Amino acid sequence: MKQLRCPLNGVRPVSEFAYAGEVRDMPDPDACTDPQWADYVFNRSGVPGVKREWWCHIASGYWFIAERDTARDAVIDTYPVEKLREVHRA
Amino acid sequence: MMYRLPQREGEWIDRTRSLAFTFEGVRYEGFAGDTITSALSAAGVMILGRSFKYHRPRGILSFANHDVNAIFQVGPVPNVRGDVTPLADGMEVLAVNTVGGLQSDRAQWIDRLGRFLPVGFYYKAFNSKRFFPRWERLIRNLSGLGQISVDAPRLQTPKRYAFCDVLVIGGGVAGEAAARAAAATGAKVMLVDESTRVSAHSADGVDVLTSSYVAGVYADRWAAVIEPHRMTKVRAGAIVFATGAIEQPIAFHNNDLPGIVMAGAAQRLLQRHSIAVGRKVLVVTTHRAGYEAAVALLDAGLSIAHIVELNSTSVAPDLSSLLIQRGVKVVVGDAPIEAERNAEGCVAAVHFAGERIDCDAVLMSGGWAAAAQLLLQAGGKTAFDDAAQMHLPSELPAGCFVSGAINGLFNAEAACMEGRTAGRAAAEFASATVPPSGSSIIARSSSPVAPSPHRRQDPRGKDFIDFDEDLQVKDIENAIHEGFDSIELLKRYTTVGMGPSQGKHSNLNAARILAGKRGLSMDQVGLTTARPMYHPVPMKHLAGRGFTPERATPIAPRHSDAGAVWMLAGNWRRPEYYMREGESREQCIAGEVAVVRNSVGLIDVGTLGKIEVHGPDAGAFLDRAYAGRYSDLKVGMTRYGLLLDEAGTIVDDGVVARLHEESFYFTTTTGGSAGVYRDLLRLNALWGLNCSLVNVTGHRAAFNLAGPRSRDLLSAMTSVNLNDGAFPYLGVREGIVGAANARLLRVGFVGELGYEIHVPHSHAQRVWDGLVEQGRKFDLRLFGVEAQRVLRLEKGHFIIGQDTDGLTNPFEAQAGWAVRMQKPFFIGQRSLRLLERRGPRQLLVGFEIENAVPALKECHLAIDNGEIAGRVTSVTYSNTLGKTIGLAMIKPSLAVLGTKLTFRVTDGSTVTATVCPTPFFDHDNQRQKFGVAA
Repeated sequence: MKQLRCPLNGVRPVSEFAYAGEVRDMPDPDACTDPQWADYVFNRSGVPGVKREWWCHIASGYWFIAERDTARDAVIDTYPVEKLREVHRA
Repeated sequence: MMYRLPQREGEWIDRTRSLAFTFEGVRYEGFAGDTITSALSAAGVMILGRSFKYHRPRGILSFANHDVNAIFQVGPVPNVRGDVTPLADGMEVLAVNTVGGLQSDRAQWIDRLGRFLPVGFYYKAFNSKRFFPRWERLIRNLSGLGQISVDAPRLQTPKRYAFCDVLVIGGGVAGEAAARAAAATGAKVMLVDESTRVSAHSADGVDVLTSSYVAGVYADRWAAVIEPHRMTKVRAGAIVFATGAIEQPIAFHNNDLPGIVMAGAAQRLLQRHSIAVGRKVLVVTTHRAGYEAAVALLDAGLSIAHIVELNSTSVAPDLSSLLIQRGVKVVVGDAPIEAERNAEGCVAAVHFAGERIDCDAVLMSGGWAAAAQLLLQAGGKTAFDDAAQMHLPSELPAGCFVSGAINGLFNAEAACMEGRTAGRAAAEFASATVPPSGSSIIARSSSPVAPSPHRRQDPRGKDFIDFDEDLQVKDIENAIHEGFDSIELLKRYTTVGMGPSQGKHSNLNAARILAGKRGLSMDQVGLTTARPMYHPVPMKHLAGRGFTPERATPIAPRHSDAGAVWMLAGNWRRPEYYMREGESREQCIAGEVAVVRNSVGLIDVGTLGKIEVHGPDAGAFLDRAYAGRYSDLKVGMTRYGLLLDEAGTIVDDGVVARLHEESFYFTTTTGGSAGVYRDLLRLNALWGLNCSLVNVTGHRAAFNLAGPRSRDLLSAMTSVNLNDGAFPYLGVREGIVGAANARLLRVGFVGELGYEIHVPHSHAQRVWDGLVEQGRKFDLRLFGVEAQRVLRLEKGHFIIGQDTDGLTNPFEAQAGWAVRMQKPFFIGQRSLRLLERRGPRQLLVGFEIENAVPALKECHLAIDNGEIAGRVTSVTYSNTLGKTIGLAMIKPSLAVLGTKLTFRVTDGSTVTATVCPTPFFDHDNQRQKFGVAA
């Protein structure tokens, strides 16, 4: 079983975590076209590579971001969601 | 014939303890410390089983824990590996895969048909659908191994979790050195070995598991260790793979005759069990190991008839001259052509190009295959080393180390040194706070081996490559000729390596043949993927116990006392209905429905998800998450909540109550509570609003007291003013009920005056008992999920997941009233704008039928002009209304009041229903708003 380093709880087995897909920027709902919106809602990229993903430590209800190389299934980094927002503001 | 030698130093058997057992009904004796196979061998039993396909007599091949033709039925337990299973007193052992016994197996004739059973026989012969069932029965009867006993006792096989710094797999010279060196650094070390004995012990600070094997190595150094009576799941900081190497057979005609064994098997039989393989031993070798075995046997006083080396120049001239000095005849550059059998079917002689050599045992040593399966599972890579003629580790994943024969080291001293280095490196890796990114392979001194030549021989005989699956050299060659010429295709077409030993002594030779035929290098040919399990793992270890937790509310014992018939809702146990003496299920449910409509009923709804959200942005958060608006909800009031996903699909619903300016309390569906809470936590993390969520699902119990008399009942138990003016429909109040702090929600799911009473878990039973006690005056009855379904259907309320599906949006479910499209943003809003423009593809409507129609069930289709026009999502007969009512999801053109719908039921007949308005009962909701006069 894989292990994942939760920024709050440390290294835990992956069965303690839930996954919610890639971090994706929502287009502005008021400005985007219908096809742009449908693309956001329905399409996911399966291209192997480094992805930023939503992960939740179920027992503590803590969501965080994991950067994972899906080609190697190797987790490169995990960090709190706050850091994601900082990146967004920057 | 094999026989037991007098007592020898270092033997593993205890000659003071005799154990009696039977094999095929005949009584034998062995010693404590024997395995089933060794005890039989000591008794001179050479034929231990019948081969998988041709039913040829077989004996020991490797005696190295994967001896596939020496597996047995022991009492009710099938497929017991005889080479590792300790002998026990009173064992009743049978051979497997025989028809009517081992000696006179009635399926022997198949061997003579070998010519007509080419590779790919199944694919070529059984493509007629008509005859396939007959062939299938025949083949199933003829093939297969042990018999499953349906009367076998049920055994509890526990699982255990363990953690260590360094896991050493294999307790040979290299593994022992690695374990000791790692332990010396202070690391917590675990050593796993398949044998009953290893040299390392707990005094070295090593946790030693003998008679155990690692069945699989998974991500992040997570290993499944199979012990005799349990499985241990080990998380290791680092792993040393000292798994050794597996000796390979040499192909010649009848190389499967009992008495022809691997050189290593002869040594193990001798050293552990003091068993001599024969009185006149012939050694056929391509490797130094063959000479070493000959020396060991000679030292034990056995007679070596001949050594024949297949290489043109000797790989071990030192040992060769030593043996010549001791009177052994050594031939270099010859190859065996055919083995000859005696009357018992065992080996009697071997023919070479030049001569025929009499013998009663043959030792084969055809080189080695690294036991790299576990390393490969861990993510390691191997490359073929021409000097060693083995696939050797070429790339190691982080935290993985190798030492010994797996790395091509057959010299004990060198393996020991390498083991120490690997053990220390592993301990260092495990203790490092920032683990080094990779580990390197230690340089090795290779031991020269020549490839095993597969000379083209007389095509009539059988020269086996795979002893599990009865595959011959020509089978592999024919498959290649037929175009299955990549290693993966070859495996699947021929089944090479797919038997119980998973190719441990066949994959390398099959790859060699393929490389030779195609003129490719071994690396170009490659190897098939090594997957768990390394050995066949008994199902008892894999099955284990069910581990699906079920949840029960604190009222569960009361439900049982009241005769509850249980059902599962999500992972919750809920009363479906309460059984009454002398009443049918339908009568019970109808009675429960009637009491709610006429007097008062009580249902446990503690399974609902219950979530609190607190903070200045709590209202704003709910506005963004749910489809309705909550920031303008008055304190002390509730509002229906509809949760959508980004596609605008309905995913959950509940009731949102505003307790205080900055505190909301809301419910989710029973099945959705965990998922909804998690999703909302994610949204809260994403949006960064100033509020926080608490899941109080388990903390609070909840009951729905419903019926015209509910207010009368409750007023006797609470300080809360229940008058309509003080506590209106859809209000929420906090106060004391019984002796508990309660939240009261005036909701109307079942369409009567009613109160949801939410109390702390610890007070739940007392409050429940108080309500039941007070309820006696009002003929209160408990009602279950089924009655609630009928009641809500009479009100036309949908159940998410039953009346809606993974595509239903609020407009289609006729729940547009619960959506506030003019809000700035909510999840699903943008998609709903699009869906609103597009218009509905289906609509949820009510229908009624004047009479009872038991044949009409949920999911029956609506048919319009021969086309599917929708489906029934809920249907029941309503005693209250005296007719059948239901909800159906149908195409919009039919969703017009008064339209006749045609449903097709299971037997193909049709039922006509009329689209009608909902609610079916109490259309203006007067009863839930104001109650009815008692």
